[in-house]
Amino acid sequence: MGKKRVVVPIGPYHPLLEEPEYFTLYCEGEKVVDVEWQPGYNHRAIEKISESKHWDQVTFLIERICGICSTSHPIAYVNAVEDLLQIEIPERAKYIRCIIAELERIHSHLLWFGLAGHFLGYNTVFMWSWKYREPVLEICELISGNRNHYAMMKIGGVRRDIEDEDIPVIKKKLSEIKGKLEMLTNAVLDDPVLAARLKGVGILTKEDVKNYGAVGPTARASGVNIDVRKDEPYAAYDLIEWNVITCENGDVFDKAVVRLLECLESIKIIEQCLDAIKGKKGEIETEVRDIPPGEGIGHGEAPRGEVFHYIRSDGTNRPVRHKVRAPSYVNIPTFKASCIGETISDVAIILAGVDPCYCCTERVSVYDMEKKKKIYDFSDLIKLSQEKTKRVCEELGVKWKE
Amino acid sequence: MNAENRLREKFGEKIKIEKPNEKRIYVTCDKDDLEEIVKFIFRDMDARYIVATGLQNFDNFEILYHFGIDEEGKVLSVRVYLDKDKPEVKSLTHIIPGIAWIEREIWELLGINFVGHPNLKHLLLPEDWPEGNYPLRKY
Repeated sequence: MGKKRVVVPIGPYHPLLEEPEYFTLYCEGEKVVDVEWQPGYNHRAIEKISESKHWDQVTFLIERICGICSTSHPIAYVNAVEDLLQIEIPERAKYIRCIIAELERIHSHLLWFGLAGHFLGYNTVFMWSWKYREPVLEICELISGNRNHYAMMKIGGVRRDIEDEDIPVIKKKLSEIKGKLEMLTNAVLDDPVLAARLKGVGILTKEDVKNYGAVGPTARASGVNIDVRKDEPYAAYDLIEWNVITCENGDVFDKAVVRLLECLESIKIIEQCLDAIKGKKGEIETEVRDIPPGEGIGHGEAPRGEVFHYIRSDGTNRPVRHKVRAPSYVNIPTFKASCIGETISDVAIILAGVDPCYCCTERVSVYDMEKKKKIYDFSDLIKLSQEKTKRVCEELGVKWKE
Repeated sequence: MNAENRLREKFGEKIKIEKPNEKRIYVTCDKDDLEEIVKFIFRDMDARYIVATGLQNFDNFEILYHFGIDEEGKVLSVRVYLDKDKPEVKSLTHIIPGIAWIEREIWELLGINFVGHPNLKHLLLPEDWPEGNYPLRKY
């Protein structure tokens, strides 16, 4: 008797998501046998709008591509324009760019980690990591006036300076976060239930990373040592000491470990940058008047991986073509490699493992194709995932605690 | 040997190399040689596929295939020009599986046909998008 295939649609809308997509999982029993995806539900034609904006206005436009990586796109864009112009920016601006980019990385990773905890039934993790994310946003507000959408990047430099009297405040907050982060990281590394639940789940091999061009923590968890900050240093990343974090197994556990360790590395970067600008005065921008005809490529490491921008100028005050590639564009197709063969109770966390996806899991329903009857909705799927954690707890003899 | 020299040695006259600065390499080639060149770059040189950019110029179409040469910290872009009236190029999905999405996107936004693409349907635009309307075309 042939097995009955059940279709599980996931998506498309959720208030958290940067890129709404629609996933279709084909399942046989508990096992996922195929994945399909359909993005485009929130296609805003940013590339087209960009062609009608002034070069300076584009930085604000692309900041709004994504609320969480709201500085990664502007960094890649200004890198692209500066590549076209062949200009050097002042050293102080380089450090400030680094500080903003790393603050963003910490809060983005903590946000991910909290949601991953929720999916697994660890709501304490969710509350902790979102609590520790808050001081990071406060630092962002202190520097830029905004918790998100910092509007700090500008062609040729940055828009705002960091005042000397703010630096001790920022450093104090950072050292507090550092202690909490270390505790969180150790808790994850030592937890037998998380290990049982996440190790060996949703493995992405090195070969698939190559084939799909996956980037960021998704690739680094599989042992592929790529990081634009090291490979082609922009801003001040070549002026300070830091390490690229990689793991070997490519499962969801390693993706979590890479992200948590990266947060600690980010704090190290920010501290060095603050030391470098402290007590010094200097220019924060190189003046740019005209953009000559030509083309430029800029990329930067966003929390989720490499952001890539290509721009072309015809000498007028607007780009004639502006191509944007966000990291999820290459990371999402890897589900084809990582989800197939896994059970449906693990899919929520595998999709979340790449990071675009808790976004998409909000509105999940399982339909029986033949009867057209709703079997599961999203909360059931989360429940499945949480129940599995409970079972794992019992098998390990650990007391289940939310 | 660095990436640029390997390409020069392998393809010689078939390609034209431009280097606006040390970190960027632009390789222009004929669309018939594209498959061979991309295969060499992606498989033999082990470059990382980034994305492709499609654009329309006044008298032709243009696609740039971007690759990251991460050991050298460079971005290599392979440029092909396509015919204005019948823009068409071979799909590269059999070499780079991850390229399927961007080919679908260029197809729907610019109307460039990718011959041999296994699943050439709308990616960002709705399925009932009127045929022959290409949002990124200018001329």
